[in-house]
Amino acid sequence: MSSLLSQEVPLSWYLLLSALLFTLGVVGFLIKRNLITVFMSIELMLNGVNLSFVTFAHQWHAVKGQIFVFFVMMVAAAEAAVGLAIIIAVFRARATLAVDRIDLMKL
Amino acid sequence: MTGSLHLWLIPLLPFAGFLINGLLGKRLPKFLVTAVALLAPLAAFGVVLNAAFLTLTPMELRSWNGPGPIPRLVSVPYLESFGTWINIGALHIDFSFVLDQLSLVMLLVITGVGFLIHIYSVGYMKEDPGYARYFAYLNLFLFFMTTLVLAGNALVMFVGWEGVGLASYLLIGFWFSKTSAADAGKKAFIVNRIGDVGFLIGMFLLLANFGTLTFTEIATKLGQDPGWTGGVVTVIALCLLLGATGKSAQLPLYIWLPDAMEGPTPVSALIHAATMVTAGVYMIARTHVLFDHSPFALNTVAIIGAATALFAATIALVQTDIKRVLAYSTISQLGYMFLGCGVAAYSAAIFHLMTHAFFKALLFLAAGSVIHGLGGEQDMRKMGGLRKKMPITFWTMTMGVIAIAGFWPFAGFFSKDAILYAAYTQGSLGKVLYVVGLVTAALTAFYMFRLWYLTFNGESRDPQAHPHESPWSMLGPLVILALLSLGGGWISGAWAGVGNFGAFLAPVLGQTSTESGSATLEVILSVVAVMVAVLGWFVAEWFYGQKSEHPDQFAAALPGAHKLLANKYYVDEFYGATIIKPLMAISTYLLGWFVDKAILGGTAWLLGGIATFSGALLQRWQSGNLRSYAAWLAAGAAAVLLFFVLPWSTVLANYGIHLGMVGH
Repeated sequence: MSSLLSQEVPLSWYLLLSALLFTLGVVGFLIKRNLITVFMSIELMLNGVNLSFVTFAHQWHAVKGQIFVFFVMMVAAAEAAVGLAIIIAVFRARATLAVDRIDLMKL
Repeated sequence: MTGSLHLWLIPLLPFAGFLINGLLGKRLPKFLVTAVALLAPLAAFGVVLNAAFLTLTPMELRSWNGPGPIPRLVSVPYLESFGTWINIGALHIDFSFVLDQLSLVMLLVITGVGFLIHIYSVGYMKEDPGYARYFAYLNLFLFFMTTLVLAGNALVMFVGWEGVGLASYLLIGFWFSKTSAADAGKKAFIVNRIGDVGFLIGMFLLLANFGTLTFTEIATKLGQDPGWTGGVVTVIALCLLLGATGKSAQLPLYIWLPDAMEGPTPVSALIHAATMVTAGVYMIARTHVLFDHSPFALNTVAIIGAATALFAATIALVQTDIKRVLAYSTISQLGYMFLGCGVAAYSAAIFHLMTHAFFKALLFLAAGSVIHGLGGEQDMRKMGGLRKKMPITFWTMTMGVIAIAGFWPFAGFFSKDAILYAAYTQGSLGKVLYVVGLVTAALTAFYMFRLWYLTFNGESRDPQAHPHESPWSMLGPLVILALLSLGGGWISGAWAGVGNFGAFLAPVLGQTSTESGSATLEVILSVVAVMVAVLGWFVAEWFYGQKSEHPDQFAAALPGAHKLLANKYYVDEFYGATIIKPLMAISTYLLGWFVDKAILGGTAWLLGGIATFSGALLQRWQSGNLRSYAAWLAAGAAAVLLFFVLPWSTVLANYGIHLGMVGH
């Protein structure tokens, strides 16, 4: 048990988790109809990427990866603010959040 | 001693008038439009007069036969250059004006007669809604015509040449809401284009062979090398002749001038009688050295001129429209001028050009006065008895008729005899041409007196007509032109031949070889010419002097000839069938249907079809479904990943393909 604790978690685990999170995000983005769920899926993808950044930063003792993560978080926060505002505006205008029905651009 | 003549003012003053009246004319009050329109040519005339007094010495003004070199205030030829126009390699063309005796005579006629016709137009066009536009065009014409005459090289002349064509087009089609007027304008423009092609090719050949377009340099180069005869010079001269036949309405390109009578009558007087149509004669005189070096081209000019003179005169015999008679008469008289040029009597041709400008402008303006007085009637069969109603018009027109018929001492007598005399002394061909000219003179006297009798004699044949004399703005120019028609011929100071006038022009045009002819011969020939004219008058008197059946009987006796003449030899129909119809067919079927519709239209249709079809296919991709786009995105990303992850180079290497990727 102590050996297990003293051992570091292998790199591949982090990466697998990262890939899993990202894939979940992609799949959620593709199959979910609710705009908010789609939006959350995007966050999931971003965080999956964040995790791999942190992992590599730790692995290579490079601080660049950490800084990238901060950037991504910042962009995600901004995106959340804008995105949610758009979602509210869409809902007010169309009274629906189903992505398939928001198709005004369709020919 | 030299001074500046400010030649640039001569064209630019009318151009300023054109700009003012053309741009602001509609907003300006009428009297201001009139003032601008009249002042522009008057000021130009003033500049020309000033130039005349500075270049001619008092001695010359008294007698142009002064002995020895005469000191002048400004020596001629006087050159004014406004800098280089084109300078490419060996090609160097200045924008230059030149004033010499020839251009001086032309300028005096153009601005002087032009100014008179401007005055006349004030009365004639008074009620026209396009008053300002009319004067703008008229001033524009003077701008281009003076440019043409002043040009120091062929290219500047060509600018004026094309410009007067434009002004002519605009003024023939002045009443453009009338289809016939618009068509006549187009006809004039297009027929002139055919001639212009000749002029252009002539210029190209000049450049290729002489390397210059400046008239004096061409003359110098021709003079230096006596080997320049026939061959290329003939071709150049014939090309220029083609241009001249277009502009001066000679066979075979005369057909536009009769139709040009659709324009206002003062325009017919100025452009289609006195000035523009003489540009061809002027051009031949200006480039006469080329013609002098090519006897063949010279003979062609003479034959075309004589043929046109006779041809047009016969058509004029039976025309019933007063302006058309004058139009054919103009073509015929231009033929005389060409005949004069063709027998190398250039000064005689220019002399006739000048006197013709006087009396033909007079005749047209008088005819315009008649038309004006009758409220637009142009058919002579409905006129008659105007002698009492329009006395001043009658008397001035009579002067013009006598002048063109060639009775002593009127202007036409001197100039026409000068040409006929020059023709007579030019060998056997000249004798034939002389006879043709003599017959034409008889015909001319006949049709002019026919016009005179039909218009003014007897009783009015139209009970509805209420003729009235024209205002003095119209009669004034008539009187001045009548005086010029009476006295204009005396300028030669000789019984026959060109006399002092020829001596005056000799520095530019060379001595006419006929100067050596005997005085007795001159007298005999001029007496013959007058007898012939009297004969024409008597025949006209017999036919039309009293109300008689003679014309109808005569026409009935020769039905074929009358029909042929009344239909103007069917030349328009002939051109229609041989040139216009095939061209129309080619345009409609070959170019229109095959090239335009089938090839171009088909290609466009095919390209459009491909785009539409491929668009329809690709449209399915753009479903508008956001998640399908995302799926494509993900699939694409996966594909790219796969591409880089899989060991492609190894896989392909198994098939013997080496991509040369990194790692090898």
